[in-house]
Amino acid sequence: MSETRTSEFMPSTETLFERIGEDTMVVNIGPQHPSTHGVLRLICELEGEVIVQCKCVIGYLHTGMEKEAEYQQYHKCVVMTDRMDYLNANGNNLAHALAVEKLLGCEIPRRGSYLRVILAELSRIASHAVWLGTHGLDLGAMTPFFYIFQQREIILDLFEMFSGVRMMPSWIVPGGLRGDMPEGFEAKLRDFLRDFPGELEVVEGLLVENPIWKERTFNVGIMTPQQTLELGCSGPIARGSGVAWDLRKSNPYCCYEEFDFQIPVGTTGDVYDRFIVRIAEMKESCRIIEQAIDGLPEGPWSTLDRKIAPPPREELDTSMESLIHHFKLYTEGYHPPVGEAYAAVEGPKGELGFYVVSNGSNMPYRWHERPPSLMNLKSLEILAEGRLIADLIAIIGSIDIVLGEIDR
Amino acid sequence: MTVATDRPEVAKVKQKFGDGLIKVKVFREQLFLCVKRQIVPQVLEFLKNDPELDYAYFSECLGVDYSTWEHERDLPERFEVVYNLISIPNRSRVFIKVGVDDGHKIPTCKHVFLGAEYPEREINDLFGVVFEGNEQTERFLLPDDWSGFPLRKEYPLGGEDVNFDQGTRGPAVEDMSTPHAGESFEGKTGSEDVSGR
Repeated sequence: MSETRTSEFMPSTETLFERIGEDTMVVNIGPQHPSTHGVLRLICELEGEVIVQCKCVIGYLHTGMEKEAEYQQYHKCVVMTDRMDYLNANGNNLAHALAVEKLLGCEIPRRGSYLRVILAELSRIASHAVWLGTHGLDLGAMTPFFYIFQQREIILDLFEMFSGVRMMPSWIVPGGLRGDMPEGFEAKLRDFLRDFPGELEVVEGLLVENPIWKERTFNVGIMTPQQTLELGCSGPIARGSGVAWDLRKSNPYCCYEEFDFQIPVGTTGDVYDRFIVRIAEMKESCRIIEQAIDGLPEGPWSTLDRKIAPPPREELDTSMESLIHHFKLYTEGYHPPVGEAYAAVEGPKGELGFYVVSNGSNMPYRWHERPPSLMNLKSLEILAEGRLIADLIAIIGSIDIVLGEIDR
Repeated sequence: MTVATDRPEVAKVKQKFGDGLIKVKVFREQLFLCVKRQIVPQVLEFLKNDPELDYAYFSECLGVDYSTWEHERDLPERFEVVYNLISIPNRSRVFIKVGVDDGHKIPTCKHVFLGAEYPEREINDLFGVVFEGNEQTERFLLPDDWSGFPLRKEYPLGGEDVNFDQGTRGPAVEDMSTPHAGESFEGKTGSEDVSGR
């Protein structure tokens, strides 16, 4: 029975769109293909080696997280955010935390905000490191992958030191953080900050002025500023096209207004510009972390409202009230007021926002992520038209998608 | 982000569309404009092209099912579709809310903002809200042989209708009649006679 069903319902590559020309051929790429960065499936109509039209088929990783969240308490939703954009787990935690805090009307102490900035910026570097390695690999440059993944490994070690988990820390929760910076973290972080710019320069030296790299990326996949706005593309794609829009500057959250950093902007909007923008962003992130660790304020790292953040562990032995708060928080959770809130952060892939509707209960009524990768993906269909298949691979790499976030 | 109830968006949309603007709400410094569903593309186009407002940056749109909502509503219809626009010069954000019932259609906005195509398809896939001009022949996120709209409130969690070869009984089939609260594992793990555990 299952056999007939599969053949009846699977979209065939031949019928998905009407062919334009007589001499064209329809080719399927993915979902299991190394250069589609996950389970993206592309159906291309080709004339020779030139793409006439291209269509993305997604949903192979759809796990219904938004439905699941409607049955989970707010602090249990945090672990699902990690698994959306698994390369930028801290950024997702942060966006979720900000949205819930907006609903609750809760203020975070400055130390908490600074530590959040450090974690989020480290995540950005790690995410860009994966992008740089795989993007290079797609276009035939194998060496950068090994160099930059060593650096990513150090960042993951830092996360492990902070939270005990390498990729899915879940350390940023509504109300602050789960815990303070551990001892010895600062020294390790400073070691990383000292070495990283030099290591990045090595990779840059391999690519930036490389004639083969330039040949593959110059004037490929040009996007105009007007197009990025209409498509809702954000992050390095918009900035590569010259749209100087960064939520960290325009609508600062988490004390970002206190840090001195630049927004790198491209001019042509081609694959090479997006590459340069991301490289520059890694350096700016380093500067932000440096300022944050230098000016790290003393004090609490989490809100003192015991209805939202748990009391310190040692208080549980001596204070009845703390015990009750602890018990209530982990069994029942908190009840945000009725209403809706949207909070967005500037993730490595673009505007990463959470829209949370509360009906006054301890579980979200509706919980939605604005996935930057999904909004950016639409541009692929437009940029690929009239280009070679080899350019398509370069464009997918430069858009930097994560399918966990697209399908959710 | 400067927000006040007398923001220029409200006055301008009111002046241009009159009764088309049903309600204005400010919650947690976010501006919500509730408009009639027939005029959404025109409202978005107006906000996009007005030189002073300049909401030319399309952020996203999303759907909400309010069928089990017990509090005060902004719009009487069952579903709400919320469009999220950004103005880069003003550094501000506006939310356009549209109400829609089963059987109604919202005119698509993909000719105003091309980026609306994917989120509209997603809403269509998960809620069953139809966008006129952006109708789908195949599923977007879900498999093509899937039936039902998972983000509707009556759709149970874990309600995937699994076809067991032993008959019509099974955890998923039983779940269809009694959606559980989500905090319990009852019904999620299957019964002995079906799964053999």
